[in-house]
Amino acid sequence: MTTTLSHKDAPMDAARGNAALRSKRLRNLGIAVLGWSVALIIFFPIFWMILTGFKTEAEAIAEPSLFFSPTLENYHDVQARAGYFNFAWNSVVVAFGSTLLALLIAIPSAYSMAFLPTKRTKGTLLWMLSTKMLPPVGVLVPIYLIFRDLGLLDTLTGLTIVYTLMNLPIVVWMLYTFFKDLPQDILEAGRMDGASTLQEIVYLLMPLTLPGIASTGLLSVILSWNESFWSLNLTTSQAAPLPAYIASFSSPEGLFWAKLSAASTMAIAPILVFGWLTQKQMVRGLTFGAVK
Amino acid sequence: MNKTRASGRTVGGLRTLSLQAPAVTLLLLWMLIPLAMTVWFSFQRYNLLMPGMKGFAGTENYEYLLTDPALWSAMGTTLLLVGWVLAITVVGGTLLAVLFQQDFFGRGVARVLAISPFFVMPTVSALVWKNMMMHPANGVLAWMAESVGLPAMDWFSSLPLTSIIIIVSWQWLPFALLILLTAIQSLDDDQVEAARMDGAGPIAIFFNITLPHLKRAISVVIMIEMIFLLTVFAEIFVTTSGGPGLATTNLAYLIYIRALLDFDVGTASAGGVIAIILANIVAIFLVRMVAKNLED
Repeated sequence: MTTTLSHKDAPMDAARGNAALRSKRLRNLGIAVLGWSVALIIFFPIFWMILTGFKTEAEAIAEPSLFFSPTLENYHDVQARAGYFNFAWNSVVVAFGSTLLALLIAIPSAYSMAFLPTKRTKGTLLWMLSTKMLPPVGVLVPIYLIFRDLGLLDTLTGLTIVYTLMNLPIVVWMLYTFFKDLPQDILEAGRMDGASTLQEIVYLLMPLTLPGIASTGLLSVILSWNESFWSLNLTTSQAAPLPAYIASFSSPEGLFWAKLSAASTMAIAPILVFGWLTQKQMVRGLTFGAVK
Repeated sequence: MNKTRASGRTVGGLRTLSLQAPAVTLLLLWMLIPLAMTVWFSFQRYNLLMPGMKGFAGTENYEYLLTDPALWSAMGTTLLLVGWVLAITVVGGTLLAVLFQQDFFGRGVARVLAISPFFVMPTVSALVWKNMMMHPANGVLAWMAESVGLPAMDWFSSLPLTSIIIIVSWQWLPFALLILLTAIQSLDDDQVEAARMDGAGPIAIFFNITLPHLKRAISVVIMIEMIFLLTVFAEIFVTTSGGPGLATTNLAYLIYIRALLDFDVGTASAGGVIAIILANIVAIFLVRMVAKNLED
């Protein structure tokens, strides 16, 4: 009975299946086209900037065109202009220096929040985050004057201090999220063996949560690298990082689009690659684990 | 056993204190000293160009600021900017997250391309948009308009705030997408499948299953974006310098003008205090929201 029935229905089923398959394929194709169009539109300005970096200045302001003979001239020029590497070096020093400092200060703090929580832990964490909501512009004047009096204006030390404090709340928050994922027992076992708090942190906690610490560090590097408020207001020439260098191109008389594009490409390339590689980890840490 | 636990906790309290002291102390200093100074300056007559005119000003700076139409316009601009960018990025980010959740050819690469603008520094994205996209003569948008027979538009003089909103949204849409996409991946497929079996269409599924599932992630996006959007600076600095007139001057930029261009520390500080109060009003709501989310 069953066999005859299924036998009788088979051709119809196949036809229906084919139609369903075809409409599914069509739907998939539509989604692919839509997805790729959106992605390319969003990415277009970056693509265009990279492309312009390989054009001559004349081609850069000519009618938009995808076809031209690429040149590395701009990259040579940007390098030759004594400025670029100074700015890039300042960016590297400040971004990595402030990140290391912030991690150093934040790890013990996040450790105690995650493993020795008290009634006040949650409050402390939220308070730290709320300092991030204090608009920097509200305290620009005092910081500017303090820095002027301490001789920290336009110095790498000064900018490093500012970035460390600027990112500290987010670093503590992310580390806390990662540390909390670690089972308590592992650290307790270490404690039984007589490890001191410092040993516990250095030999147990840090190796075990290294991916989390790394992605926290990378977000901090990204935020410092791209920071454009303090860097524009607290530096002029000596300690100016890349955002200030790029901003100096905004005056119309100094407009060399192709060179600007080449410099911009070099300014964002390392961070873009960092970002691509660590996006998933970063999201997990940033969202209190609320988003897995 | 319980006893050792309890005693361990008291020792823990002491340890907690010493471990947290550096971070807490530094942040307290970082917050309190400049805050106290800002409040102090805001009641002073203090202009760097007029060193002889120092002294207690009472509420003069506040009166001057509060009757200055620039302040109200700057507050309006700040709120418009934050509001529009939040609306665009949250709605757009949610829709894009649903799109990039679908399986299609090259999805991984397309996702990476779509989140890229988040990693571009604000000065670079502002310059790229200003010189290569929105430039009235040589920009790609002008060229596109002309090739379909429309007149090229001078974005920054005819639609200044809209232009800034577009640039800032372009930077933050990928961030919303990144967070929401991660959140949507933990959506229970069986639940969606069951709903589909019961005859629910894609729109019904989106509003009844996907959106509720994304609630917490959306609140995280709003909170983090708000922190950064209240103080948008470089995008304005590089493109319009707050103009034309005051069209794109937000609070951050107004205080910058007063402090570093007019050298009027007193008024700038009063503006800073107002910015802090505004931010705190927003922060209270946000902290409540996050605290509620933390408890779940």
